[in-house]
Amino acid sequence: MKYKKLIFIALAVAALVALSIWYLHDKPFALFESRGVIAHEERKLMVFTLALSLVVVIPVFALLIGIVWRYRDTNQKKARYDPTWDHNRMAETIWWLIPTAIITVLAIVTWQSTHQLDPYRPIASTVKPVKVQVVALDWKWLFIYPDERIATVNFVQLPVNTPVDFEITSAGPMNSFWIPQLAGQIYAMSGMSSQLHVMADQTGDYRGSSANLSGKGFAGMTFITRVSSTSEYYDWVQSAKTIESELNQGSYDALALPSQNNPETLYGYVEQNLYDTIVMKDMGSTHTTHQHGADE
Amino acid sequence: MLLANVLGKLNADQFPHDPIAAGGALTVVGAMIVIPVLLTYFKRWGWLWNNWLTSLDHKKIGIMYLLVSGIMLLRGVADALMMRTQQAVSTGANSGILDAEHFQQVFSAHGSIMIFFVGMGFMFGIINVILPQQIGSRDVAFPFLNSVSFWLFAAGAILMNVSLVVGEFSSAGWLAYPPLSELKFSPGVGVDYWIWSLQIAGVGSLLSGINFFTTIIKMRAAGMTLMKMPMFAWSVLGSMALVITAFPILTVTLALLALDRSLGMHFFTTDGGGNAMMYINLIWAWGHPEVYILILPAFGIFSEIVATFSRKRLFGYTSMVWAIGAIVFLSFTVWLHHFFTMGAGADVNSFFGIMTMVISIPTGVKIFNWLFTMYRGRIRLATPMLWFLGFVVTFTIGGVFGVLLSVPPADFQLHNSLFLVAHFHTMIIGGVLFGYFAGLTYWFPKIFGFKLNERLGKYAFWFWLSGFVLAFVPLYILGLMGATRRLNHYDASLGWQGLFIVAAVGVVLVCIGIFFQVLQLVVSFLLRKNHTDMTGDPWNARTLEWSTASPSPVYNFAVLPTVRDRDEFWEMKQRKESLKQPKYEAIELPKNSPFGLYIAIAAGVFGFAVIWQIVWLIPIALLAVIALIIVRSSDTDTEYRISAAQVAAIEAARPRGQVV
Repeated sequence: MKYKKLIFIALAVAALVALSIWYLHDKPFALFESRGVIAHEERKLMVFTLALSLVVVIPVFALLIGIVWRYRDTNQKKARYDPTWDHNRMAETIWWLIPTAIITVLAIVTWQSTHQLDPYRPIASTVKPVKVQVVALDWKWLFIYPDERIATVNFVQLPVNTPVDFEITSAGPMNSFWIPQLAGQIYAMSGMSSQLHVMADQTGDYRGSSANLSGKGFAGMTFITRVSSTSEYYDWVQSAKTIESELNQGSYDALALPSQNNPETLYGYVEQNLYDTIVMKDMGSTHTTHQHGADE
Repeated sequence: MLLANVLGKLNADQFPHDPIAAGGALTVVGAMIVIPVLLTYFKRWGWLWNNWLTSLDHKKIGIMYLLVSGIMLLRGVADALMMRTQQAVSTGANSGILDAEHFQQVFSAHGSIMIFFVGMGFMFGIINVILPQQIGSRDVAFPFLNSVSFWLFAAGAILMNVSLVVGEFSSAGWLAYPPLSELKFSPGVGVDYWIWSLQIAGVGSLLSGINFFTTIIKMRAAGMTLMKMPMFAWSVLGSMALVITAFPILTVTLALLALDRSLGMHFFTTDGGGNAMMYINLIWAWGHPEVYILILPAFGIFSEIVATFSRKRLFGYTSMVWAIGAIVFLSFTVWLHHFFTMGAGADVNSFFGIMTMVISIPTGVKIFNWLFTMYRGRIRLATPMLWFLGFVVTFTIGGVFGVLLSVPPADFQLHNSLFLVAHFHTMIIGGVLFGYFAGLTYWFPKIFGFKLNERLGKYAFWFWLSGFVLAFVPLYILGLMGATRRLNHYDASLGWQGLFIVAAVGVVLVCIGIFFQVLQLVVSFLLRKNHTDMTGDPWNARTLEWSTASPSPVYNFAVLPTVRDRDEFWEMKQRKESLKQPKYEAIELPKNSPFGLYIAIAAGVFGFAVIWQIVWLIPIALLAVIALIIVRSSDTDTEYRISAAQVAAIEAARPRGQVV
């Protein structure tokens, strides 16, 4: 009778797992479908860490099931009862040491991978990197290409197999810049410029978003990252340059006003040093302090 | 103009208008009307005042903590239900049941409530009732301070719920990161409600921390050396050490944010030299120890339960103590793992990542020691034990994902995703909440004198566990799909909706679990005659709190015990020791005092006045707090005596079972 119940539960769980796998098999898993060199490494690191953890998890679950089953109080005839057995130096040494050994291995891997995958570390390549400056605005992303002197909103195009140097800031609340298929995220903070280096190795459209709450329109802060061949990328840059609209301080100030779910936009020309101006504005120099005081 | 001088920013527009918000407001207002009416009708005001509101009995204060936390749990779960409903439907053209602003208020409130008023409240409730009894003491070190702590906690909870009726709550997340939480981006009163309800409750927590730390150090029974203390007492000692060291950081951080918002200062603003990153560092320097403040007592509870229900001594006591010590120390060295993505250098990130994974060593040791406590035991699968087994499974899995998150490059991908949300809910629900539920079921007969209905308790457990799995496994998966947290809307093409619907079903199952818990309370109360605890020791337990009657008399111990062993009460039973006609002595206990309540009311008014900038009221409320403290401090007649004869009479009336 009791076993019937157990078998039923086991079957139900198995059915649930099978159903889930069937349901999920064609769903997009951004973290598994990495398309950039950094994201590949991050994916491998996650799998490695989980596999290493199983060294502890499997014994714990096996012991849990085995011990509870054997020493259940309805099994008094077979199981030994030793109410004062409360320490065993050997056993305790083992379970201080095994996790310590695993963590030591993981610590070494962590140290190396954290340095290797440091978002500030440029990616080694013979190809000249493309520079993109990113500004998180309420509630959209502005991308400035300082060398090409063009800019985009909620859309960024990148050449494949080319290192990309992102410089990232925010003009308001903190956001987090995340294109999971290319690399992990980094915060976009006002008055600061953070860096992220990525290199896509496959063409395609990848979803980017803000991972950090920044107010009312935050959920709509998504953008398309289009990775194309180098020639297509340069064609796109050339065609963008022909667009009449210009991003200068005036049009930037208008753009920076809060707005939600903005469409993709292109600017054919960008005022020089706009990004630096945006970062410096919130740097909090004595000058701005005084000005602020005077305002009040 | 005159009105603005009198009421500050408060005016008629501040009352909610849309149906869901109005529902919340009506619930609060309804309770504020119905409860006094019922009290008047049943003529219970005097009873309430004398037996509860002014009581300094640690057991009664504990029960009041549990009551407030239970109510706040219902509110927190209602918030969870709204969030899950919103995310289950809000995709494509459907914008869901809540607008962005309201949705953000709901999750901000959910997190703040669950940590500050459910987690902390259940923890202090259990500690209040059990800890003094477990260490063979008649009271806490500072009984009046204990009452102040509780009432500040209650005032914070009430202030937070007032935001449902007047004004709005914060929509800046449960930790209110600036610059978003600064006046420039959150001009409403929401963040101020958040600051002041937490600030007031937080001061209460700090005072409690000092109180219980002192109680454990100074008030243990004769013979109870530190290494003979029950493991729960050890875990509380560790937790309170963290409260004392971490909560001042919270107080200062909230105060700085309040100065920014109320007086135009620039600690964390985007301009004027402010640095929001400093806030994030400070809040997590409190926030990470806070997680261990909550989990350590749960570890302690499990240590008591697993020994009792295996009828065996706790395995590896010394290891367990060292593990707690290690966790206490390490918990202050890991705060940066909450923001690896801020762009600190690789050296800094590696250091904090490695320190974080090091914590898993003592935690893992504890799990092995619990497993080997069961080894060669006689395991009874009563409800508290089920919660324990559920905890081992969920906590181990959650811990593994925690180790994964501690690797900085992995965290870059998982941070702020629903994977992270699922991870910390696994730890907080599977660890903290399961622990407190186990503890409440275990100690319930000691607190109220009758056992809880086992069958309903098991139903509750299974619904909680399956609901938890259904609610959070989809979130882990969604995180891997790149779903970030706190989205009030997402694109239909992402294929996320099915998983969000499953998660919503999970929350419904959790709600059914809570329904069974409420039903369990009601049924157990109605049928309490059938399972009254006559012996004081319904589980054949091991520690001193079980040596008294259930519920224990106001003085806990008629004769203070002398301790010779870790499991003193178990050993007493083994020795078949019976107290031959003990010699009773008069006992002094603290008198009731309404001052804790008064101080908290003044503090609550102060908070409200600051939130609404009712300028004239601020100094009045502040002076009232100070005056009340001075008046109470000059009162020397604070204790009353129970004569030896009265003690003898109470003890003679105690129901006797087979034990001592």
